[in-house]
Amino acid sequence: MSHTEGRIGVPVFLETGQVFDELTHRRAEEIVGRYPVARSALLPLLHLVQSVEGCVSQPGIDFCAEQLDLTAAEVSAVATFYTMYKRRPCGEHLVSVCTNTLCAALGGDAIYSTLSAHLGVGHEETTGEPAEAGAPGTITLEHAECLAACDLAPVLQVDYEYFDEQTPDSALDLVLALQAGGSPTPTRGPALRNFRTAELEIAGIFPDADERVAGPSLAEPTVRGVRDAERTGQHAPPGDDVPIPPLPEK
Amino acid sequence: MTQVATPPAGTPEQEPPGPPPGHVRLTIDGVQVDAPKGELVIRAAERIGTAIPRFCDHPLLDPVGACRQCLVEVEMGGRKMPKPQAACTQTVADGMVVNTQLSSPVAEQAQRSNLEFLLLNHPLDCPICDKGGECPLQNQTLANGPSASRLRDPKRVFTKPIPVSTQILLDRERCVLCQRCTRFSAQIAGDRFIDLLERGSAQQIGINRTEPFQSYFSGNTIQICPVGALTSAAYRFRARPFDLVSTPTTCEHCASGCSLRTDSRAGGITRRLAADDPQVNEEWNCDKGRFAFTYLRQGDRLTQPLVRNADGMLRPASWTDAMAAAARGLLQARDAGGVGVLPGGRVSVTDAYAYAKFARVALRSNDIDFRVRDTPVLDNGAEEAGFLARRVVGRGPGRGGVTHQELEHAPAVLLVGFEPEDESPIVFLRLRKAVRSRGLAVFAVGALATRGLEKLDGTLLPATPGTEPAVLAGLTREGTADTGLGEAAAAARNRLGAALRSAGAVLLVGERAAAVPGLLTAVETLADATGARIGWVPRRAGDRGALEVGAFPTLLPGGRPVTDAAARAEVEAAWGVPVPETPGRDTGGILAAVRDGDLSGLVIGGVDPADLPDPGAALTAVTAASFVVSLEIRASAVTELADVVLPVAAAPEKPGAFMNWEGRMRPFAAVLPEVGRLDEGRVLDTLGVEMDVDLYTQTPAAAAGELGRLGGWPAERTAAAIDPAGPVRSGPPESHGLTPHDKVLTSWRPLLDGGRMTDGEPALAGTARPEVVRLSAASAQALGVVDGAPVTVRGPGGGLTLPVAVTEPMRTDAVWLPARVGGRPLSAWIGTSAGHAVRVMAGAGIGREAR
Amino acid sequence: MADTAVGATAVDGAGAPLTPVLTRRWAAPESWTLASYRELGGYRALPKALGVEPARVTELVKASGLRGRGGAGFPTGMKWSFLPPFDPAAPTPRYLVINADEGEPGTCKDIPMMMADPHSLIEGAIITSYAINAPFCAIYVRGEALHCLRRLAGAVREATAAGYLGRDILGSGYDLEIVVHAGAGAYICGEETALLDSLEGRRGQPRLKPPFPAVAGLYASPTVVNNVETICSVPPIVLHGADWYRSMGTEKSPGSKIYSLSGHVTRPGQYEAPMGTTLRQLLDSAGGMRDGIPLKFFTPGGSSTPIFTAEHLDVPLSFDDVAAAGSMLGTTALMCFNETVSVPWAVWKWLEFYKHESCGKCTPCREGTGWLVQILHRIVTGDGTAEDLDTLTSAAANIAGRSFCALGDAAATPVLSSFKWFRQEYEDLVTGVTPPLVGDRALGAGTVGTGTSTVGAHR
Ligand SMILES: Cc1cc2nc3c(=O)[nH]c(=O)nc-3n(C[C@H](O)[C@H](O)[C@H](O)COP(=O)(O)O)c2cc1C
Ligand code: SF4
Ligand code: FES
Repeated sequence: MSHTEGRIGVPVFLETGQVFDELTHRRAEEIVGRYPVARSALLPLLHLVQSVEGCVSQPGIDFCAEQLDLTAAEVSAVATFYTMYKRRPCGEHLVSVCTNTLCAALGGDAIYSTLSAHLGVGHEETTGEPAEAGAPGTITLEHAECLAACDLAPVLQVDYEYFDEQTPDSALDLVLALQAGGSPTPTRGPALRNFRTAELEIAGIFPDADERVAGPSLAEPTVRGVRDAERTGQHAPPGDDVPIPPLPEK
Repeated sequence: MTQVATPPAGTPEQEPPGPPPGHVRLTIDGVQVDAPKGELVIRAAERIGTAIPRFCDHPLLDPVGACRQCLVEVEMGGRKMPKPQAACTQTVADGMVVNTQLSSPVAEQAQRSNLEFLLLNHPLDCPICDKGGECPLQNQTLANGPSASRLRDPKRVFTKPIPVSTQILLDRERCVLCQRCTRFSAQIAGDRFIDLLERGSAQQIGINRTEPFQSYFSGNTIQICPVGALTSAAYRFRARPFDLVSTPTTCEHCASGCSLRTDSRAGGITRRLAADDPQVNEEWNCDKGRFAFTYLRQGDRLTQPLVRNADGMLRPASWTDAMAAAARGLLQARDAGGVGVLPGGRVSVTDAYAYAKFARVALRSNDIDFRVRDTPVLDNGAEEAGFLARRVVGRGPGRGGVTHQELEHAPAVLLVGFEPEDESPIVFLRLRKAVRSRGLAVFAVGALATRGLEKLDGTLLPATPGTEPAVLAGLTREGTADTGLGEAAAAARNRLGAALRSAGAVLLVGERAAAVPGLLTAVETLADATGARIGWVPRRAGDRGALEVGAFPTLLPGGRPVTDAAARAEVEAAWGVPVPETPGRDTGGILAAVRDGDLSGLVIGGVDPADLPDPGAALTAVTAASFVVSLEIRASAVTELADVVLPVAAAPEKPGAFMNWEGRMRPFAAVLPEVGRLDEGRVLDTLGVEMDVDLYTQTPAAAAGELGRLGGWPAERTAAAIDPAGPVRSGPPESHGLTPHDKVLTSWRPLLDGGRMTDGEPALAGTARPEVVRLSAASAQALGVVDGAPVTVRGPGGGLTLPVAVTEPMRTDAVWLPARVGGRPLSAWIGTSAGHAVRVMAGAGIGREAR
Repeated sequence: MADTAVGATAVDGAGAPLTPVLTRRWAAPESWTLASYRELGGYRALPKALGVEPARVTELVKASGLRGRGGAGFPTGMKWSFLPPFDPAAPTPRYLVINADEGEPGTCKDIPMMMADPHSLIEGAIITSYAINAPFCAIYVRGEALHCLRRLAGAVREATAAGYLGRDILGSGYDLEIVVHAGAGAYICGEETALLDSLEGRRGQPRLKPPFPAVAGLYASPTVVNNVETICSVPPIVLHGADWYRSMGTEKSPGSKIYSLSGHVTRPGQYEAPMGTTLRQLLDSAGGMRDGIPLKFFTPGGSSTPIFTAEHLDVPLSFDDVAAAGSMLGTTALMCFNETVSVPWAVWKWLEFYKHESCGKCTPCREGTGWLVQILHRIVTGDGTAEDLDTLTSAAANIAGRSFCALGDAAATPVLSSFKWFRQEYEDLVTGVTPPLVGDRALGAGTVGTGTSTVGAHR
């Protein structure tokens, strides 16, 4: 990261002229209904907004403010705090490369620079014309903080699905496939769709839940311990079904 | 505070007794301190004279512990806490040992290193910063900061400065992210338009571009910002603090009477700040009070007397000639039919007294009334006059009056004809404080729930304008059957009815209540039935004092009833002249009498005809008068018509006092004595001499002395002497004629609406709320309009088109408009005012009519 | 010392005693389904817990000695018992919030847990909610963990349909709703009070304590916040009792623990073993250090815990033993770095992380992390000075213990602990003995695991 970047400007949300449709309003209502206090729905609502626009725009801010009776400033305060809320529309896919220490030491930095060089974009930048944000084959690149898959390092995510144990070459192949409109299979997670669908699911709306829940999740390193135990006949001490003791006398 | 020196080693008998109940005993820097439970260490230290450095801490804001400047070492039960603690969040405890920077090297080092962090990315631009010379960061850096920065890398730089409203600019490089501004706005004002944005080292204060920091209280953030991050368009680069002369003053803009500090330089005011006054404004004021002082240096300021010459032209004259002409004219008018006096509501107490005395002594009449407002005074003012005499005059703190501090502890407050945020912002802040800290229940009777009421978490008792008396009457009944109220409204009503019976409940009544027949009577009945107390909050700074000193047709100074012989006798003894015994006319009566030739002359103080219900009729009356003397600070529609115009001092140019709505004296010193303008007391005193009477009001001190000697008249005696109001008309004035297309107009003046006292401050004007028409959702739907669409409100005198703001809850048979639009009163647009029926249509001009 | 590092071949001993309790279903077919969970003994603890009064469950967990798996190791039963007593006459809502925001660098146990065995979290959540009388439980899942969100939402659906959730659970009269809530990318939201603010729809900045969540947490109501692994440990304890649980681990750190091995390890992965297992044993199970290149340094529990060296291979990985050895057990995220990795480079990368994730609320962390990054960046690019080393350590020391929450302390940790063991590496960089690791002048930038001392890339 450069330390001589210019002056930090004023946070700006895109004026997209977006009008959120009936369905989005219904979904918003459903999300708000999950919580004892409506404001808790703000993070999911911002994800919902991203599922429509690929970013948090000014209309998106206003939409959330209206649903929750907040000021636009309050929503902006939240929207600018979290890394997953994007200020510019993401491409069809978001590629997040872990460049935290451990992944980096195992090749994450090399993966990132390979992809960056190939795509010709830097952190949080998107290929393709801005006008056609989200168009097929467009890709937003970012480097991510530790993605909690260190035993599978180096990792990256596409639309928040895991691609484990990557190399610069495998990552490049993956991105080439994405650009060509393919749907490479995540190591863990169901078949890729796109960034916006992912955001919809993160908002807690799962259009075809059963099919996608079943997407694979088993990675060899994850189960090494348990398989080793099985293979070597190790186990925890056997436990009986012991009654829960009464409260101790005072 | 108890401060106990550590006793010399001795016998147990010499041990000091334990801390008083509710207190704990701790040691700070070796000094034993008893502190109330729950007190923060930073405050306890303050009380023994130790100032622990701080940025985010503010006694009136919730603690946040963000800046980490106040770290101290704390020991509990003989064990040092492993990390230094923030004194601004650490509460005291029995046996606690605190070591501040004065006695702990760890604390001292922590504070020094924290300063280093704060200064790393600070632009160090003190020489060009408004805060320079009064900046806590600068002071601490000079006292305890590093002499050179260890930063070898480029600083973080922000685009600077950015406007967060027309009034306020933000320099994010100077900001220390103490969150005082955002916490003030969220906690104190309830205006969450300014917030933290971004994260980590990019974190900054900001707004959403579409929603600027339009808060009536935004200026306070400048004052509490501990650095020069927030500055005002008005003061930016105008002065250095050490060049300024500071004068303690009282705000002249509303009836709360905030304590201010006014800073001036070279004969001009440079800025005004809120002074710390726990009884009234705590440490806050509103933006009008802070920024609206440029009116006194406008080009239309009157600088010398004017006298109308033989050709009917106003010409400059010497004071001697002007006084002679005025006296001559007034004597003639007095003898021809009488002279009415309209001092207006902006008078200081002693100036009002001069008017009151001048009317009785020089003009031999009780035709004097301070009341100037855009709602009519009804029934010749009898209901209101009785109300003021029975419930208001003579009362004050400790004398049966409601106070700001009592509001804070009230169990319930009912607002009647009063919109605190617009009409007395400091009352609003006090109510909000109580709502936040104690869950005060606020109710309002009215046609709509305002944003102010929402911020008070208040409950609306919906009433079509004009029907408020019936709603109040209903509060002493239970059940829903007889009212036709919805269940929720009935529940709110029953809740309120019960709450009003608990000790300390308050009915806060605005001056607009007088415009609804029977409403003040209903307030009195309700107070008597429930035991709730009444606070009357007029709009102008001088109103309450003017009432108290007799600038009123039925009351003499001290609340003495004109009709009470004993009361008159006291005044006569003090003044040495007879006092007329017939009650005078009220403002409307005086103007009507002049128009009809029953009165010949007028003495008019700071009265803007636009502030009267029918400005046209008022000007007709002034034109009709045979002789008019105007005492004014700036040229106006009245001075245009006057025969003699006498320029007088504005509030900052004279010493004096206002009496605020509580009945509390709010003295102020002259900020700009050097301009040499005369106050009204002095002018009237001189005029009196020309007319052969002595007022003894040549100085405020002299007038105040006489007022003091005159003393009060027990409130109960005033009340007893005034007949309870007879049966009064009730119901909306034109309810019979209402068609489904008509709505009853409700209206008041927003705090910022282009009034003349805010002239010359465009940055302030830019923070006014947008002018809108408020309609209920059902009304808007019936019209087929959505939020923001234009609608036209039509009255007998014309139509007015503004965007609609859909408002809920709101009565469907009501419509709200600001009482001034584009700087002109509503009557000038639509020929009618609050309480009357108007027609509402979609679009500009002709459109669908609302049901 | 660091250079006597132990490689795979040098590891002797019998490996770690593997005790899959939490992980035991992970490799089962369709392990995430209700059917599979039940088949493998799931939802047997729940009716048992519902059959006794809630306080007995709390008491049992207390007796088991279970300590929080989120990093701080606070005794779980004690935390539950801090809630003000439940008054059925004046019920104030109380809440369970599950911290599934896993983001501490190196930590990678909760996400596989939620993916592979979501029902064990749900069962633990229901039992815990019942123990504290909570009608509502929120699972705050890291936003990027999309597949976990799916699995958990699916598990909630299945459990509700099966009568384990919702109204009158298993006829007990107890009602509970669980909401699966996604975060939005902010490490600080793992800190429990920041998590609560975030869950309330605010910026995730830590709150002032006291009041502690147990008194005023979510929506200012009494709230328990526990880590995923902690909650997943509850059903087995309910099923088999405290003594059984205490038969694993150490006296003060009982139970079974998921150890996450990552880095230059032959077979990285999740190894569940009793508390107090050593890295030497775990490495042995994991096939030792990769390619035989010796271990240089490791974190016992994520980047926020002071680094250890090969000297510490035999420290029992329990809360107290690790603390006694000068670090913290944290999340047992054992990131193992071999001799090829430059310590100043690793520390710089970690500081980039802390700077990125600092919430901005308090001065030392907001300003300090940025400054540390600036200095470290200069050091690794060959522009550092001897003076910088003093500035670096004193700035780190000035953050530690002064910040509002533990993130500031955590940020200072890599700097301070690396200076303890590897100061020479910094000196060699500023004196030019070691060439720049990053930047235009770096030789072989981007080469990884080559056995040379250079690792790094542009960031
Ligand atoms: C900066 C920071 C990040 C944290 N991240 C997590 C986290 O991702 N998951 C977690 O369970 N606890 C995390 N914690 C610890 C929590 O604050 C809290 O101690 C824990 O959730 C309590 O659960 P436990 O008692 O079950 O361990 C974090 C703490 C800090 C200071
Ligand atoms: S602008 Fe001023 S008041 Fe606001 S956070 Fe910054 S330093 Fe504090
Ligand atoms: S004054 Fe105490 S932390 Fe800011």
